[in-house]
Amino acid sequence: MTQGLSDLDTGPGRLQNRLDTVELAASTPDDEQPYAELGLKSDEYARIRDILGRRPTTAELAMYSVMWSEHCSYKSSKVHLRRFGDLPRSAALLVGIGENAGVVDVGDGYAVTFKVESHNHPSYVEPYQGAATGVGGIVRDILTMGARPVAVMDSLRFGRADAPDTARVLPGVVAGVGGYGNCLGLPNIGGELLFDACYAGNPLVNALCVGVMKHEDVRLAKAEGVGNRVILFGARTGGDGIGGVSVLASETFEAEGPAKRPSVQVGDPFTEKLLIEACLEIFAADLVTGIQDLGGAGLSCATSELASAGTGGMHIDLDTVPLRDSTLTPAEILMSESQERMCAIVEPDKVDAFLAVCRRWDVLATVIGEVTDGDRLTVDWHGERIVDVPPRTVAHEGPVYDRPMRRPADLDDLQADDPAALPRPTTPEELAAHWLAVLSSPDGADKTWVTEQYDRYVRGNTVAAGPDDAGVVRIDEETSRGIALSLDGNGRYARLDPYTGTQLNLAEAYRNVAVSGARPLAVTNCLNFGSPEEPEVMWQFAEAVRGLADACRDLGLPVTGGNVSLYNQTGDVAINPTPVIGVLGVHEDVRTRVSTGWRTAGETVLLLGVTRPEFGGSAWASVVHGHLGGRPPAVDLEAERSLGQVLAALGREGLVTSAHDLADGGLAQALAESALRHGVGARLRLDGDPFTALFSESTARAVVTTTDPEAVRATAEWAGVLVTELGTTGGGGPDAVLAVEGVAELPLAGLRAAWGATLPALFGTPEATVGSVPAGTVPTS
Amino acid sequence: MRIGVITFPGSLDDVDAVRAVRLAGAEPVALWHASHDLEDVDAVVLPGGFSYGDYLRAGAIAARAPLVQDVVDRARSGMPVLGICNGFQVLCEAGLLPGALTRNGHLHFRNRDQALRIQRADTAWTQDYEAGQRIVVPVKNGEGRYVAAPADLDRIEGEGRVAVRYLEGNPNGSMRDIAGVTSENGRVVGLMPHPEHAVEDLTGPSTDGLGFFTSVLKAVVSA
Repeated sequence: MTQGLSDLDTGPGRLQNRLDTVELAASTPDDEQPYAELGLKSDEYARIRDILGRRPTTAELAMYSVMWSEHCSYKSSKVHLRRFGDLPRSAALLVGIGENAGVVDVGDGYAVTFKVESHNHPSYVEPYQGAATGVGGIVRDILTMGARPVAVMDSLRFGRADAPDTARVLPGVVAGVGGYGNCLGLPNIGGELLFDACYAGNPLVNALCVGVMKHEDVRLAKAEGVGNRVILFGARTGGDGIGGVSVLASETFEAEGPAKRPSVQVGDPFTEKLLIEACLEIFAADLVTGIQDLGGAGLSCATSELASAGTGGMHIDLDTVPLRDSTLTPAEILMSESQERMCAIVEPDKVDAFLAVCRRWDVLATVIGEVTDGDRLTVDWHGERIVDVPPRTVAHEGPVYDRPMRRPADLDDLQADDPAALPRPTTPEELAAHWLAVLSSPDGADKTWVTEQYDRYVRGNTVAAGPDDAGVVRIDEETSRGIALSLDGNGRYARLDPYTGTQLNLAEAYRNVAVSGARPLAVTNCLNFGSPEEPEVMWQFAEAVRGLADACRDLGLPVTGGNVSLYNQTGDVAINPTPVIGVLGVHEDVRTRVSTGWRTAGETVLLLGVTRPEFGGSAWASVVHGHLGGRPPAVDLEAERSLGQVLAALGREGLVTSAHDLADGGLAQALAESALRHGVGARLRLDGDPFTALFSESTARAVVTTTDPEAVRATAEWAGVLVTELGTTGGGGPDAVLAVEGVAELPLAGLRAAWGATLPALFGTPEATVGSVPAGTVPTS
Repeated sequence: MRIGVITFPGSLDDVDAVRAVRLAGAEPVALWHASHDLEDVDAVVLPGGFSYGDYLRAGAIAARAPLVQDVVDRARSGMPVLGICNGFQVLCEAGLLPGALTRNGHLHFRNRDQALRIQRADTAWTQDYEAGQRIVVPVKNGEGRYVAAPADLDRIEGEGRVAVRYLEGNPNGSMRDIAGVTSENGRVVGLMPHPEHAVEDLTGPSTDGLGFFTSVLKAVVSA
């Protein structure tokens, strides 16, 4: 393994000890190169030699290896993702797939850009920094489009809640999401927290950011104009995150592998906050012609993507890059994923103004190169040429694989294992016990333990945040125009049927946005799957993409962009396929938004939509029986659309006082959450089989409260949505109850205790330490 | 009436403080930490956030900013100054207010809607409240635990300088439930909770926070 000095003239050791220039590479075609260690396959390496007509230099090999990684090149997913690009052009879509994030017209001259991205592997290795830099990365993507970031969301999945490793990973991830977002001054407006044994060793940390701008402020990542300067600004470049995208994000974890900590980046949200303010000032003064953030694959990615999307020519003097560690090699500088860095293309006569803005914000900015004639990306190190490549071959013409696919061998058995055969609760006592079990399960329980660690108020425009179904943000104080966002996934449904399951995830996010009263407008996604080299995983992936594309076509929604995270598996065991879908909606006036909780006694509780006996993949089957089998609930997008129209109309007309969508845990979960929100109970009666009424997860349903049931009924029936009266809200106070005739009379105090105790019991009660200030910690001022 | 809001590198709730000033009926004036220009403002708000990333100690570096030296001078001659959250930390570090803010007892950042009792309704920033009034405004901090030596706490209490106290649960382990304190002359107030996040029904848990910003209008006129 060790490279002795004797290897200097013959082996790869030499490349690390002598500068490997283009000239040297041309004259030493037979030198062995460590392409496999960098994650490249032998045919990929051969293609690089073919493109260059020689062996690549060490620096070129570094660039290709990170840019051709699964994470950057989408080489296994590209052939499938084309379905999103083939969707009919939406009038609302201003910038589509391919840029850092899609941009949508939300009216009054405003544009919104939003995107969700995974940081799964780093968050497992180093939970706090992995999650924190996940937030940092997606915020820079949004900023790069020219927008002011206005909110974040997070969708989190861990192994079993009581597993020892979950106690290691979860607190760090939550603190990291909070630590970074709070310090950036971005409100966290919602998300998900779910548990399943399949995520042990492969937690999912998906972060969403949304930003707002005017139409004319949209910026693109391209380098044009010969002589324009390339400016690197933000943090210095260090040794962190080298090979993050290739070694970490694009390989499967092995149970007994080497530690991968050096591949995780370290974040500094303070620097990113300065970068945001500096960028927005730079945009306002019109000082850039193109801009790109540095995330995965660092400078390799930013320079090759800017050049490739522009006219093609760029020259970089790599020794001008400010370093945190002066011993870094050129290849390491090109691969470093140090956070909080951006790259801008600036006209020569605007460079001084650009640098002045950066100085004002204490942001380091350095001219590192310029846009050149021709179509080559060249990089020099102290005057010697170490990179000379066609940038398109690095950034956009990487390998594409149409990998073999196979329907999972166990899927027929899984689907045949119908939950209809499971023992059901029959007595009122059993029904109540199952209700409490679902409500107090880690998935169903109160998420305050997490959301209290996030700032939801900063910037003063948060109209709704978790536990509301959708986050709602005001974007204009004069007109009260705003947006709504929801982020949803369900790995159980997707495991049973990835096509239907993905459509169900979209339907849920769509419905969550609709219950707030917003008009759904556009879709983003984060597709979390196992290894693409497994045909069964690849089949799941293809089915999920096909399902999402078909559903978006039916609902008339564009897919504005997304992110693919593969290799979420340990050894042979992949996670449940977990597409996480984000839906953006528009509020003409956020003052008419509808919230989830009941507030007042004496209001009528109505169920909208049709309930069928559907328990496949349900929370009830999972919590009570540890069962996953059968078919997921049927998708009915027409019903979903009708329900959305009804909810929007009811919100606009002020006809409902609350609305809550029905999803995991069915009516049981929705009723309990509505009652617990403000401590107002209800007296209800369920028609037909109470078990089905409470625990079925049929889609296209919502529960609303109103003081004018006849008007709600008229509006709903006009759109063909079934209305069922459930009863009346009751009193609040210590004696409040959620009573269902013939089933249970549940005191809210008891429900709250069960619902609220789960996460603190698992992850610690802060209260235990408050009030008892340890002696000896008091300053003597 | 001109009320300045200082932006430091890492200030976050400056836009919120500006909005609160405007909703209270005053003219908000954006001030920059690195200048020596207080722009003829009548009062100053130091907003929440993570100035200088909370490096060294929360508020410690911002307390040495050029403009803060000017604020200290003007405060000593009676200009009303309000420090919210990070701004409170800055005022303690600058020596305008007693005590210090340390890491929350439970070590978590915590954001919740918090009940408070107005202890002093005669400071420049609280005179629109009644003494003993209960209000609800958001609290959100990671280093909000108010501490001082026991003798200093006794003195602060004895001089009636506790302006605001936590009610119905102490969110961070602050000594004697102290949420905010005032200067001897009642012109400078610092508190960890965020009244600027409770100025609109649409976005806050209440509008209870607006009183801080309306109070100062009268304080300046009567000064």
